[in-house]
Amino acid sequence: MNRSHTLLDNKTLSAEACFTKLRTEKVNLYYGSFQALRNITLDIPACAITAIIGPSGCGKSSLLRLFNRMNDLIPGTRVEGNVELDGILIYDSKIDVVELRKRVGMVFQKPNPFPMSIFENVSFGPRRHGINNRAELEEIVEKSLHQAALWDEVKDKLEQSGLALSGGQQQRLCIARVLAVEPEVILMDEPCSALDPLATLKIEDLMKNLAQQYTIIIVTHNMQQAARVSDTAAFMMMEEDRAGVLVEYGPTSQLFTNPKDRRTEDYITGRFG
Amino acid sequence: MDEGTPVSISIAFLIYVVASIAVVVLAVIKAKMTRKISERTAFVFLGLATALAALPALFIIAYSIVNGAGAISWSFLTQAPSQAGKAGGILPVIIGTFYLMLGTLFFALPIGVMAGIYLTEYARDNWLTRLINMAIVNLAGVPSIVFGLFGLGVFVLAFHFGLSLLAASLTLACQALAMVITTSREAILAVPREHREGSLAVGATKWQTVRHVVLPQALPGIITGAVLAISRAAGETAPILVTGAAFLLPRLPGSPFDQFMALPYHLYTVAAHVPGMSKTTMWGVALVLLVVVLSFDVLAAIVRYRSRQRGLER
Repeated sequence: MNRSHTLLDNKTLSAEACFTKLRTEKVNLYYGSFQALRNITLDIPACAITAIIGPSGCGKSSLLRLFNRMNDLIPGTRVEGNVELDGILIYDSKIDVVELRKRVGMVFQKPNPFPMSIFENVSFGPRRHGINNRAELEEIVEKSLHQAALWDEVKDKLEQSGLALSGGQQQRLCIARVLAVEPEVILMDEPCSALDPLATLKIEDLMKNLAQQYTIIIVTHNMQQAARVSDTAAFMMMEEDRAGVLVEYGPTSQLFTNPKDRRTEDYITGRFG
Repeated sequence: MDEGTPVSISIAFLIYVVASIAVVVLAVIKAKMTRKISERTAFVFLGLATALAALPALFIIAYSIVNGAGAISWSFLTQAPSQAGKAGGILPVIIGTFYLMLGTLFFALPIGVMAGIYLTEYARDNWLTRLINMAIVNLAGVPSIVFGLFGLGVFVLAFHFGLSLLAASLTLACQALAMVITTSREAILAVPREHREGSLAVGATKWQTVRHVVLPQALPGIITGAVLAISRAAGETAPILVTGAAFLLPRLPGSPFDQFMALPYHLYTVAAHVPGMSKTTMWGVALVLLVVVLSFDVLAAIVRYRSRQRGLER
């Protein structure tokens, strides 16, 4: 079958659901003349949570933002190599970026609810995609908030501002906002770094539930978190010119207990970074 | 002028000179002072400077009220002027100024906001954008009489609008544009990048992001800037002097192609060109102009305050 099959730790789903969802092949990413990523090749399985770990500035976020073309927002960005979603080249000139971002959602480091009501926050995406029927929107909002494990806490105050929620609730609101457009992949850029430990645990539980249905990629600084939630893990580092490279990629348990690369071992045992 | 004026001027000047010398002297000997004393002196002098800065504004308002309040009456506000403004009221003058403000807003607001959006959200950072930005910044520094001559040449003569409300509004709008664009840009730039990213990340287009996320948040700032811009336009004399303001036209303008009366120009004519003008009437006009301009400034402050309150509640 597929290469990614062997990468799996078999924590979450059966093997047949596990095809390669995203793939990068020999990707180089440049911001102007600065090279942020070098020669990144990896397959990301559909049925798993993939963690990207590594020291600050090693290009973890740049790699993540490759998958929904969020790097495009920075002027002077250039991508070499192939990035595929379900085998389709997403940097092809025929690709509709808006359509891509609908399929590949993103949750950010700092919770970023809009200054609108909870209802408006969650229904924002569907409405932009042309759904205006109130009943239909209500259904989507309820379903998304359920999925994000927030419904019980906010069902009586949907018209209140999203900014009035706690940090952890805000982040779950942002996850609900992403879920409302029914993506296939959810990218998470250090989603818990602004949250307290309890809120962090809630998000981690949520991620494990969502992994049944969605492909999840999480960038994290927190190695315990990567070990707790992820099935596969990628360890990145930067080379002397500060370009990010992929050092090791494999099942999380293997990466943490029996790393193949000396640099991975050094990082995980806390010798640097 | 009353005979008290030279005395008060001398006193004010004396205070200014003494304070300036004191600041210099203190700066020189500051090394020898204890920290407590230097802290207190700094506090006193900075406070004095602030008081001096606020004084002219308060003085002008008080002076206008004291001298002009006697002229304000129902008939003064609702009748047309007669005898070159010596008798009757100033209704056409007030209405003319309001028409001017509306006309300025009508032309400057949409163009200014759209340009502000383009410059912040769409324009690439290249030499052309920088040139346009520089032109807009410099637009604010162009003397208002130059705007007047520009309006005369372009709107009155070349476009054949004649001396009219339309030509004067367009002229004032050109002048107000710089402020509307600048404040719109600032308000738009103040919307956090995270909100734009959040919107784009759920597959909203750029324009949807601007329309549904950026503009609603920038709106209070944009409105504040627009209100301040037209309140400034209401007080301008030079641009309307040569594009349509009438010396005396004791009726309301019937169409945008009519001439009109306006408060600042009326004030100038009654103060400088009408012999035997009563001082009370003159200051009455000044008081009305001040009230119009200041009430719009207060309105802008209220808009800003309320949006901030709402932001906190949400």
